[in-house]
Amino acid sequence: MDSDRASAASRSPESHHSETTLRVNGKPHTLVVDHRRVLLDLLREDLGLTGAKKGCDHGQCGACTVLVDGRRVNSCLLFAVALDGCEVTTVEGLAGDGEELHPVQRAFLERDAFQCGYCTPGQICSAVGALAEAAAGHPSHVTDPATPSGEPVPLGREEIRERLSGNLCRCGAYPRIADAVEDVIP
Amino acid sequence: MKPFTYVRADSVEEATDAFAAHPGARYLGGGTNLVDLMKLGVEAPAALVDVHRLPLDTVEELPDGALRIGAMVRNSDLAAHPTVRDRYPALSQAVLAGASGQLRNAATTGGNLLQRTRCPYFQDVSKPCNKREPGTGCGALEGVHRDHAVLGYSQQCIATNPSDMAVALAALDARVELYGTEGARSVAAADFHRLPGDHPERDTEIRPGELITGVVLPAGPASASAYRKARDRASYAFALASVAAVLHMTDGVVDRVGIAFGALAHRPWRARRAEEALLGAAPTAAAFEHAVDLELAAARPLRDNAYKVPLARRLALDVLGRLAPPVTT
Repeated sequence: MDSDRASAASRSPESHHSETTLRVNGKPHTLVVDHRRVLLDLLREDLGLTGAKKGCDHGQCGACTVLVDGRRVNSCLLFAVALDGCEVTTVEGLAGDGEELHPVQRAFLERDAFQCGYCTPGQICSAVGALAEAAAGHPSHVTDPATPSGEPVPLGREEIRERLSGNLCRCGAYPRIADAVEDVIP
Repeated sequence: MKPFTYVRADSVEEATDAFAAHPGARYLGGGTNLVDLMKLGVEAPAALVDVHRLPLDTVEELPDGALRIGAMVRNSDLAAHPTVRDRYPALSQAVLAGASGQLRNAATTGGNLLQRTRCPYFQDVSKPCNKREPGTGCGALEGVHRDHAVLGYSQQCIATNPSDMAVALAALDARVELYGTEGARSVAAADFHRLPGDHPERDTEIRPGELITGVVLPAGPASASAYRKARDRASYAFALASVAAVLHMTDGVVDRVGIAFGALAHRPWRARRAEEALLGAAPTAAAFEHAVDLELAAARPLRDNAYKVPLARRLALDVLGRLAPPVTT
């Protein structure tokens, strides 16, 4: 389905734009994007979803973390044109349509797990992704190698800290961020 | 960033054809390094051939018991794969010791092997760098080089290869499978990356337009293997030194051993001299020390990175000792 567009682009080598369709927080969006457009800028500039933040813009801070097809990624390092057909969830879409916050969002509020708040949307999306990874049996650097393969990995404080190491907090709110995530461990 | 054309390939042949048809093209995998380098101006491809959705995203056991990892398998899926964890623990541990959860979800197996050095002079287009721009000199040689090579470097380039995964693949005797317009071939993982010599601009043995299609781990008796990495912070940092080791013993002597160091050279450093010394020996602390010292005797530290030699030595002795608790006599 997508290949028609891509091969059309290859026939006109001067073309630096392509049409891309993404589902963002459940809603389809079809845009003509400059190939240089990264997902983060598309979300913030084209769709007005300013939850994902631009921190380093080089994949080193995690402030831009969103979920693509359910997996956490750095949106600053993904060209939007390469995501045609993907499902994107940002912090704005975590709670769904209802009034209720996502449990991780609620835990961050209850634990006061932030100071300035700039890294928070990325921390929350990253935590949601990390919890799903552990439930799916993904080990981390600190997982005991004797843990059986393919089974959910139990999370403790050390696991949470390791799994969220891709999200920097310059205020240093780490202890409460870890508290908040610990609260929502199933 | 310079504008570029974009082509999505649906098959390996389509990818290599598109690459050949677009001068100045680069393959796009997970993009975690390439997109960053494009933002920095280090890379300015005229076209991107997107290969990240090619059907090379499975881990499969081959009839002879070897394990093939598709080039587009994400780093996180590779590290979590039950067969990889159970039979090749050093590989799973190495992948998990690198980058962050977000990056491992995007980065591919093939892309991991092709990532460029994180030498700050390479990444800064205002600085001289023979790797980025041959003939401009090496800013690191007399500059900031605490993280740089101690083995196998040249006066042209002292950069290190940043991959953790590649170190484990080198120790595990993996092979890298390639496909190009001249057909398919494979190269030993330990020989895939090059030493800089007079051509630091060439990181690997890959030919122009060739695509990595997979990595094959050899069959064979289950051997104990492990990876250990030292870095400036506990998580999410490149190695200062690392080691992957595979050890197998029969009747109390070593009959199979693979040792590779990371962050010491322009490529994962397969410690052949140490391996030779250990083959047929009893796994005593003295034998390990002798073997590792033999290997690291070739190290030529720079002004500010002599710490790497004893660090690498202790990492190797720790890993070897854990794989085969030394006999005390």
